[in-house]
Amino acid sequence: MRLYDVEISSRLLLGTAQYPSPLVLTDAIAASGCGVITVSLRRETANGGGGNGFWPLLQSTGAHILPNTAGCHSAQEAITTAQMAREVFGTNWIKLEVIGNADTLQPDPFALVEAARILCADGFAVFPYTTEDLIVAERLLDAGCRVLMPWGAPIGSGRGLRHVDALNAMRGHFPSVPLIIDAGIRAPSQAAQAMEIGFDAVLLNTAVAKAGDPVAMARAFGQAVGAGRLAFEAGLMPPRDMAVPSTPVLGMADLGLGGLR
Amino acid sequence: MRIELNGLLTEVAAANLGDALTALGYGSSALATALNGVFVPAAARATTPLHDGDRVEVLAPMQGG
Repeated sequence: MRLYDVEISSRLLLGTAQYPSPLVLTDAIAASGCGVITVSLRRETANGGGGNGFWPLLQSTGAHILPNTAGCHSAQEAITTAQMAREVFGTNWIKLEVIGNADTLQPDPFALVEAARILCADGFAVFPYTTEDLIVAERLLDAGCRVLMPWGAPIGSGRGLRHVDALNAMRGHFPSVPLIIDAGIRAPSQAAQAMEIGFDAVLLNTAVAKAGDPVAMARAFGQAVGAGRLAFEAGLMPPRDMAVPSTPVLGMADLGLGGLR
Repeated sequence: MRIELNGLLTEVAAANLGDALTALGYGSSALATALNGVFVPAAARATTPLHDGDRVEVLAPMQGG
Protein backbone atom coordinates (compact mmCIF):
# COMPACT_ATOMS: atom_id res chain seq x y z
CA MET A 1 0.00 0.00 0.00
CA ARG A 2 1.33 3.43 -0.96
CA LEU A 3 0.36 6.50 1.03
CA TYR A 4 1.77 9.74 -0.38
CA ASP A 5 4.49 7.82 -2.22
CA VAL A 6 5.56 5.92 0.90
CA GLU A 7 5.28 2.14 0.76
CA ILE A 8 3.55 0.86 3.90
CA SER A 9 3.73 -2.86 4.61
CA SER A 10 0.67 -3.17 6.86
CA ARG A 11 -2.89 -2.05 6.24
CA LEU A 12 -3.50 -1.43 9.92
CA LEU A 13 -2.85 2.01 11.42
CA LEU A 14 -2.85 2.16 15.20
CA GLY A 15 -3.47 4.97 17.67
CA THR A 16 -1.22 5.30 20.72
CA ALA A 17 -3.61 6.73 23.34
CA GLN A 18 -5.32 5.20 26.38
CA TYR A 19 -3.06 2.16 26.85
CA PRO A 20 -2.57 0.90 30.41
CA SER A 21 1.22 1.39 30.24
CA PRO A 22 4.00 2.33 27.81
CA LEU A 23 5.13 -1.29 27.70
CA VAL A 24 1.65 -2.51 26.71
CA LEU A 25 1.59 0.19 24.05
CA THR A 26 4.87 -0.85 22.43
CA ASP A 27 4.01 -4.54 22.73
CA ALA A 28 0.64 -3.87 21.08
CA ILE A 29 2.30 -1.96 18.24
CA ALA A 30 4.65 -4.88 17.65
CA ALA A 31 1.91 -7.51 17.92
CA SER A 32 -0.37 -5.66 15.50
CA GLY A 33 2.30 -5.47 12.82
CA CYS A 34 1.03 -1.97 12.02
CA GLY A 35 3.15 0.26 9.83
CA VAL A 36 1.77 3.62 10.95
CA ILE A 37 1.03 5.00 14.41
CA THR A 38 -0.81 8.18 15.28
CA VAL A 39 0.40 10.73 17.84
CA SER A 40 -0.64 14.11 19.12
CA LEU A 41 0.60 17.32 20.78
CA ARG A 42 -0.46 18.56 24.18
CA ARG A 43 0.54 21.33 26.56
CA GLU A 44 3.90 20.77 28.20
CA THR A 45 4.77 21.88 31.70
CA ALA A 46 8.21 23.33 32.38
CA ASN A 47 10.80 20.62 33.05
CA GLY A 48 8.33 18.11 31.63
CA GLY A 49 11.01 16.45 29.58
CA GLY A 50 9.28 16.69 26.21
CA GLY A 51 6.52 14.11 26.50
CA ASN A 52 8.16 12.29 29.37
CA GLY A 53 10.07 9.90 27.18
CA PHE A 54 7.00 9.00 25.20
CA TRP A 55 8.39 10.31 21.95
CA PRO A 56 11.72 8.41 21.98
CA LEU A 57 9.76 5.29 22.89
CA LEU A 58 7.59 5.62 19.80
CA GLN A 59 10.54 6.42 17.58
CA SER A 60 12.07 3.13 18.65
CA THR A 61 9.12 1.19 17.19
CA GLY A 62 10.20 2.03 13.65
CA ALA A 63 6.59 2.74 12.60
CA HIS A 64 5.75 5.73 10.43
CA ILE A 65 4.47 8.62 12.52
CA LEU A 66 1.14 10.24 11.70
CA PRO A 67 0.53 13.26 13.97
CA ASN A 68 -3.07 14.37 14.39
CA THR A 69 -4.88 17.63 15.03
CA ALA A 70 -7.29 15.97 17.46
CA GLY A 71 -9.51 18.33 19.38
CA CYS A 72 -9.19 21.23 16.96
CA HIS A 73 -12.49 22.97 16.25
CA SER A 74 -11.45 25.55 13.64
CA ALA A 75 -9.42 25.51 10.46
CA GLN A 76 -6.85 27.94 11.83
CA GLU A 77 -6.44 25.95 15.04
CA ALA A 78 -5.83 22.80 13.00
CA ILE A 79 -3.38 24.58 10.69
CA THR A 80 -1.28 25.96 13.56
CA THR A 81 -1.31 22.56 15.27
CA ALA A 82 -0.21 20.88 12.04
CA GLN A 83 2.68 23.30 11.66
CA MET A 84 3.77 22.63 15.24
CA ALA A 85 3.49 18.88 14.70
CA ARG A 86 5.57 19.02 11.52
CA GLU A 87 8.46 20.58 13.41
CA VAL A 88 8.34 18.35 16.48
CA PHE A 89 7.72 15.04 14.73
CA GLY A 90 9.82 15.76 11.67
CA THR A 91 7.17 14.65 9.16
CA ASN A 92 4.88 16.42 6.72
CA TRP A 93 2.17 13.80 7.32
CA ILE A 94 -0.84 15.11 9.21
CA LYS A 95 -4.09 13.44 10.21
CA LEU A 96 -6.38 16.40 9.81
CA GLU A 97 -9.24 16.50 12.29
CA VAL A 98 -11.47 19.54 12.48
CA ILE A 99 -14.27 18.69 14.84
CA GLY A 100 -17.66 20.26 14.20
CA ASN A 101 -19.50 19.09 17.30
CA ALA A 102 -18.09 18.25 20.72
CA ASP A 103 -20.69 15.57 21.42
CA THR A 104 -20.66 13.63 18.18
CA LEU A 105 -17.04 14.47 17.28
CA GLN A 106 -18.13 14.55 13.67
CA PRO A 107 -15.95 16.45 11.23
CA ASP A 108 -16.79 20.01 10.21
CA PRO A 109 -16.59 19.46 6.44
CA PHE A 110 -16.37 23.15 5.57
CA ALA A 111 -13.49 23.93 7.91
CA LEU A 112 -11.90 20.59 7.00
CA VAL A 113 -11.76 21.44 3.30
CA GLU A 114 -10.48 24.94 4.05
CA ALA A 115 -7.70 23.63 6.30
CA ALA A 116 -6.85 20.86 3.85
CA ARG A 117 -6.42 23.32 1.01
CA ILE A 118 -4.05 25.52 2.99
CA LEU A 119 -2.04 22.62 4.40
CA CYS A 120 -1.69 20.83 1.05
CA ALA A 121 -0.46 24.08 -0.50
CA ASP A 122 2.05 24.32 2.35
CA GLY A 123 3.52 20.92 1.50
CA PHE A 124 1.68 18.73 3.97
CA ALA A 125 0.56 15.21 3.16
CA VAL A 126 -2.95 15.51 4.53
CA PHE A 127 -4.95 12.53 5.83
CA PRO A 128 -8.40 14.07 6.37
CA TYR A 129 -10.79 12.56 8.90
CA THR A 130 -14.05 12.98 7.02
CA THR A 131 -17.52 11.54 6.58
CA GLU A 132 -18.61 9.30 3.70
CA ASP A 133 -20.10 12.30 1.87
CA LEU A 134 -18.97 12.09 -1.75
CA ILE A 135 -19.03 15.82 -2.46
CA VAL A 136 -16.92 16.62 0.58
CA ALA A 137 -14.56 13.88 -0.57
CA GLU A 138 -14.29 15.46 -4.02
CA ARG A 139 -13.58 18.86 -2.47
CA LEU A 140 -10.84 17.31 -0.33
CA LEU A 141 -9.25 15.76 -3.42
CA ASP A 142 -9.54 19.11 -5.22
CA ALA A 143 -7.77 20.66 -2.23
CA GLY A 144 -4.82 18.34 -2.81
CA CYS A 145 -5.52 15.38 -0.52
CA ARG A 146 -4.38 12.05 -1.96
CA VAL A 147 -5.80 9.91 0.85
CA LEU A 148 -9.27 10.01 2.41
CA MET A 149 -10.22 8.73 5.84
CA PRO A 150 -13.99 8.35 6.24
CA TRP A 151 -15.35 7.41 9.63
CA GLY A 152 -16.85 4.01 10.27
CA ALA A 153 -18.75 5.40 13.26
CA PRO A 154 -18.19 8.31 15.67
CA ILE A 155 -14.78 8.34 17.40
CA GLY A 156 -14.62 5.99 20.36
CA SER A 157 -18.16 4.66 19.84
CA GLY A 158 -17.21 1.18 18.68
CA ARG A 159 -20.30 0.98 16.49
CA GLY A 160 -18.52 -0.50 13.47
CA LEU A 161 -19.46 0.49 9.92
CA ARG A 162 -22.65 2.48 10.44
CA HIS A 163 -23.29 3.27 6.77
CA VAL A 164 -22.03 0.38 4.70
CA ASP A 165 -23.97 1.38 1.58
CA ALA A 166 -22.47 4.86 1.65
CA LEU A 167 -18.99 3.44 2.17
CA ASN A 168 -19.53 1.06 -0.74
CA ALA A 169 -20.54 4.02 -2.88
CA MET A 170 -17.43 5.89 -1.81
CA ARG A 171 -15.23 2.96 -2.74
CA GLY A 172 -16.90 2.72 -6.11
CA HIS A 173 -16.70 6.46 -6.74
CA PHE A 174 -12.99 6.75 -5.93
CA PRO A 175 -11.49 3.47 -7.17
CA SER A 176 -7.88 4.65 -7.14
CA VAL A 177 -7.76 6.85 -4.02
CA PRO A 178 -6.43 5.17 -0.86
CA LEU A 179 -9.42 5.02 1.49
CA ILE A 180 -8.83 4.37 5.17
CA ILE A 181 -11.63 3.69 7.63
CA ASP A 182 -10.85 5.90 10.61
CA ALA A 183 -12.73 5.57 13.88
CA GLY A 184 -15.68 3.63 15.21
CA ILE A 185 -14.21 0.12 15.03
CA ARG A 186 -14.73 -2.18 18.02
CA ALA A 187 -14.18 -5.74 16.80
CA PRO A 188 -11.75 -7.39 14.38
CA SER A 189 -14.74 -8.61 12.35
CA GLN A 190 -15.65 -4.96 11.67
CA ALA A 191 -12.13 -4.24 10.48
CA ALA A 192 -12.26 -7.33 8.28
CA GLN A 193 -15.58 -6.14 6.85
CA ALA A 194 -14.04 -2.80 5.90
CA MET A 195 -11.24 -4.61 4.13
CA GLU A 196 -13.59 -7.07 2.40
CA ILE A 197 -15.57 -4.24 0.80
CA GLY A 198 -12.33 -2.90 -0.62
CA PHE A 199 -11.08 -0.24 1.74
CA ASP A 200 -7.32 0.09 1.69
CA ALA A 201 -6.68 0.22 5.42
CA VAL A 202 -8.17 0.68 8.86
CA LEU A 203 -7.14 3.13 11.59
CA LEU A 204 -8.21 2.38 15.15
CA ASN A 205 -7.14 3.03 18.71
CA THR A 206 -9.69 2.47 21.46
CA ALA A 207 -10.62 -1.03 20.29
CA VAL A 208 -7.09 -2.17 21.11
CA ALA A 209 -6.21 0.15 23.99
CA LYS A 210 -9.40 -0.63 25.93
CA ALA A 211 -9.48 -4.37 25.21
CA GLY A 212 -9.11 -6.78 28.10
CA ASP A 213 -5.73 -7.81 26.68
CA PRO A 214 -4.58 -5.02 24.36
CA VAL A 215 -1.58 -6.94 23.01
CA ALA A 216 -3.67 -9.98 22.04
CA MET A 217 -6.33 -7.71 20.56
CA ALA A 218 -3.68 -5.88 18.54
CA ARG A 219 -2.59 -9.22 17.08
CA ALA A 220 -6.23 -10.11 16.36
CA PHE A 221 -6.75 -6.86 14.46
CA GLY A 222 -3.58 -7.38 12.48
CA GLN A 223 -4.79 -10.81 11.39
CA ALA A 224 -8.35 -9.58 10.68
CA VAL A 225 -7.11 -6.75 8.47
CA GLY A 226 -4.84 -9.16 6.61
CA ALA A 227 -7.62 -11.73 6.20
CA GLY A 228 -10.09 -9.10 5.03
CA ARG A 229 -7.68 -7.79 2.44
CA LEU A 230 -6.91 -11.28 1.19
CA ALA A 231 -10.64 -11.96 0.88
CA PHE A 232 -11.14 -8.76 -1.11
CA GLU A 233 -8.33 -9.67 -3.47
CA ALA A 234 -9.68 -13.21 -3.80
CA GLY A 235 -13.11 -11.89 -4.76
CA LEU A 236 -16.21 -12.71 -2.74
CA MET A 237 -18.89 -14.83 -4.40
CA PRO A 238 -21.98 -12.93 -5.50
CA PRO A 239 -24.87 -13.23 -3.05
CA ARG A 240 -28.01 -15.09 -4.19
CA ASP A 241 -31.61 -14.61 -3.19
CA MET A 242 -32.38 -18.35 -2.92
CA ALA A 243 -30.67 -21.48 -1.66
CA VAL A 244 -28.51 -23.36 -4.15
CA PRO A 245 -27.18 -26.82 -3.22
CA SER A 246 -23.44 -27.02 -2.99
CA THR A 247 -23.40 -30.83 -3.38
CA PRO A 248 -24.35 -31.93 -6.93
CA VAL A 249 -27.91 -33.27 -7.26
CA LEU A 250 -27.21 -35.07 -10.54
CA GLY A 251 -26.56 -38.80 -9.97
CA MET A 252 -28.38 -38.89 -6.64
CA ALA A 253 -29.59 -42.42 -5.79
CA ASP A 254 -33.31 -43.19 -5.79
CA LEU A 255 -33.68 -45.61 -2.92
CA GLY A 256 -37.46 -45.69 -3.14
CA LEU A 257 -37.81 -44.65 0.44
CA GLY A 258 -39.93 -41.58 -0.08
CA GLY A 259 -38.93 -38.00 0.23
CA LEU A 260 -40.04 -35.23 -2.13
CA ARG A 261 -37.68 -33.70 -4.67
CA MET B 1 5.35 41.49 32.00
CA ARG B 2 2.58 38.94 32.26
CA ILE B 3 1.84 36.48 29.52
CA GLU B 4 -0.63 33.65 29.30
CA LEU B 5 1.44 30.45 29.11
CA ASN B 6 -0.58 27.34 28.28
CA GLY B 7 -3.59 29.08 29.76
CA LEU B 8 -1.93 30.23 32.98
CA LEU B 9 -0.97 33.83 33.74
CA THR B 10 2.81 33.83 34.07
CA GLU B 11 5.27 36.56 34.99
CA VAL B 12 8.28 36.71 32.69
CA ALA B 13 11.23 39.08 32.49
CA ALA B 14 12.70 37.83 29.21
CA ALA B 15 12.15 39.98 26.16
CA ASN B 16 11.83 37.17 23.64
CA LEU B 17 10.20 33.77 23.43
CA GLY B 18 13.43 31.78 23.42
CA ASP B 19 14.80 33.43 26.57
CA ALA B 20 11.42 33.13 28.28
CA LEU B 21 11.30 29.36 27.69
CA THR B 22 14.80 28.96 29.07
CA ALA B 23 14.01 31.08 32.12
CA LEU B 24 10.84 29.11 32.77
CA GLY B 25 12.75 25.84 32.79
CA TYR B 26 11.85 24.40 29.41
CA GLY B 27 14.75 22.30 28.27
CA SER B 28 15.96 21.53 24.80
CA SER B 29 13.62 18.56 24.38
CA ALA B 30 11.00 18.21 21.69
CA LEU B 31 8.75 21.25 21.95
CA ALA B 32 6.63 23.27 19.58
CA THR B 33 5.57 26.84 20.22
CA ALA B 34 2.84 29.22 19.12
CA LEU B 35 2.38 32.90 19.90
CA ASN B 36 -1.14 34.33 19.83
CA GLY B 37 -2.31 31.36 17.78
CA VAL B 38 0.49 31.56 15.21
CA PHE B 39 3.20 28.88 14.94
CA VAL B 40 6.70 30.04 15.91
CA PRO B 41 9.46 27.76 14.56
CA ALA B 42 12.21 26.82 17.00
CA ALA B 43 14.75 28.83 15.02
CA ALA B 44 12.65 31.98 15.32
CA ARG B 45 12.03 31.90 19.08
CA ALA B 46 15.07 33.98 19.98
CA THR B 47 14.01 36.74 17.60
CA THR B 48 10.33 36.70 18.56
CA PRO B 49 9.65 39.52 21.03
CA LEU B 50 7.12 39.07 23.82
CA HIS B 51 4.59 41.66 24.90
CA ASP B 52 2.35 42.02 27.88
CA GLY B 53 -0.77 39.90 27.45
CA ASP B 54 0.69 37.59 24.79
CA ARG B 55 -0.72 34.09 24.63
CA VAL B 56 1.99 31.44 24.36
CA GLU B 57 1.41 27.74 23.78
CA VAL B 58 4.17 25.22 24.43
CA LEU B 59 3.32 21.73 23.24
CA ALA B 60 5.09 18.37 23.40
CA PRO B 61 4.53 14.91 21.87
CA MET B 62 1.66 13.03 23.43
CA GLN B 63 -0.27 9.85 22.79
CA GLY B 64 -2.98 10.27 20.19
CA GLY B 65 -5.59 8.42 18.20
